[in-house]
Amino acid sequence: MMRADNLFKTFNPGTPLENPVLRGLSLTIESGQFLTVIGSNGAGKSTFLNAISGDVTPDSGSLFIDQQDVTRLASWQRAGLVARVFQDPLAGTCEGLTIEENLALAMQRGQRRGLSRAVKAAQREAFRDKLATLKLGLENRLGDRMGLLSGGQRQAVSLLMASLQPSRLLLLDEHTAALDPKTAAFVLELTDRIISENKLTALMVTHSMRQALDHGQRTVMLHQGRVVLDVSGEQRARMDVPDLLAMFEKTRGEQLDDDALLLG
Amino acid sequence: MSLISMMGALEIGLIFALVALGVLISFRLLNFPDLTADGSFPLGGAVAATLIVSGHNPWLACLIASGAGAGAGWVTAWLNVRLGILQLLASILVMIALYSINLRIMGAPNVALIGMPTVFAPFVDAAADNGWLIQPLLLAVIVVAAKLLLDAFLSSEAGLALRATGANPRMARAQGISTDRMTLAGMALSNGLIALAGALYVQTQGGADISMGIGTIVVGLAAVIIGETLLPPRSLWLITLATVLGALLYRLLIALALNADFIGLQAQDLNLITAVLVGLALILPRLKSRFGKRTGGTPR
Repeated sequence: MMRADNLFKTFNPGTPLENPVLRGLSLTIESGQFLTVIGSNGAGKSTFLNAISGDVTPDSGSLFIDQQDVTRLASWQRAGLVARVFQDPLAGTCEGLTIEENLALAMQRGQRRGLSRAVKAAQREAFRDKLATLKLGLENRLGDRMGLLSGGQRQAVSLLMASLQPSRLLLLDEHTAALDPKTAAFVLELTDRIISENKLTALMVTHSMRQALDHGQRTVMLHQGRVVLDVSGEQRARMDVPDLLAMFEKTRGEQLDDDALLLG
Repeated sequence: MSLISMMGALEIGLIFALVALGVLISFRLLNFPDLTADGSFPLGGAVAATLIVSGHNPWLACLIASGAGAGAGWVTAWLNVRLGILQLLASILVMIALYSINLRIMGAPNVALIGMPTVFAPFVDAAADNGWLIQPLLLAVIVVAAKLLLDAFLSSEAGLALRATGANPRMARAQGISTDRMTLAGMALSNGLIALAGALYVQTQGGADISMGIGTIVVGLAAVIIGETLLPPRSLWLITLATVLGALLYRLLIALALNADFIGLQAQDLNLITAVLVGLALILPRLKSRFGKRTGGTPR
């Protein structure tokens, strides 16, 4: 379970560039729920995600993960609770390290790291089996440097890495945005599979309304740093992109003018 | 070049192999441009020489010298990660501070070790005059041990965390690695090795001198860069091996250049030769790819 209470965050306060990004954002995600988040540019999606992961500290408000107050914890301190896949395929893995070394790093997410060998023989077998499920032929390339993989392959491995250790919350930050449509579809399908197999609680930020409605069980829309729409269950199942738009216009009394959101 | 002068070049090369391993950790693995070496190398020398002169065991002196170097590296990293001072600037601050500290430790601009017990003394037979052979041999054992230990550490869980910290700090933090702590530890390790080199250096040279650190970082970097041109960086143990070989080759080339009468170079041309050698090592990969038709090497 993740609970955000009344989060505020302003970048560059007191300067001409002052930018209030989060303005009282509150949201609760129940355990086992797969939530999708949409919103136009500047709605606060990324900042919200970064606040949950610990890369951004909110000015006020609080964040709980399973009753534990994590508001002030550094990102590495809450890594045991939160797994993450970045938007940029280069960001989630170390390109200079081998595939198995990257997996070994993720295998120990949030744990103490000692002086025993990082990649153990027994683990190697497990890694091979896990990689085989991706059906990308990576199971025979454990010793290859990560940098040799394509963006889609790297995102697939990132997803796998995020599921190696149990987490209370999986954060997906527009993780298909940098991929071509076919690869994006493959990675999304993989996302659905990993989340349902591991019964993960997940939050997926996306730029596309279509994606937001097609995946997960609940969709919220952020606008000007707050949650303006929250749909789930029956209501959401019957919804299509135009319905979502109409609902947005009704609640906000304004037109949405971000083409990317509509076209995606 | 005579055998003895070649062994002399190897001896210094082996000492600088330790420096190069330290520089490899800071510059290459942690991605931390660190000039502390110019201060931590003489710091190691000053501490070891002072302790030996006051009657302490030379091995213990080496150990304490490494500890002092580790402290210096830790301070540089601390200035950076805790106080937010730019990496290069933090290391320059520590480097110049160490100049004064080294003078304080030695109490004079130099400390002589002639006739004092050193780590080499028990193995050297004065009558047979075999120091020229024994010293490089013992140093080779120390360097090989350091390389193997470093390989083992870097392939451990903590070592992998250190490499991830340098390669992709944001990803490392997302995996629960405290990049601040890893930087502190890695910089301590790096400068500990460099100070150990300084401690061994004064014992081969018969004394410590306040100016012995000048240019240490350049030599260390030269070794790392020459090593990278020498061997492809396919795996960790190859990278550390290349670094050690780079340091040896660098000193041998220097000795050759200074000894070849027909070139007419003299000792004062040392830094010029260094600059030319490092320059060559830097452009060699480019020349290789231009003239050779895919003669190995990993794609960038």
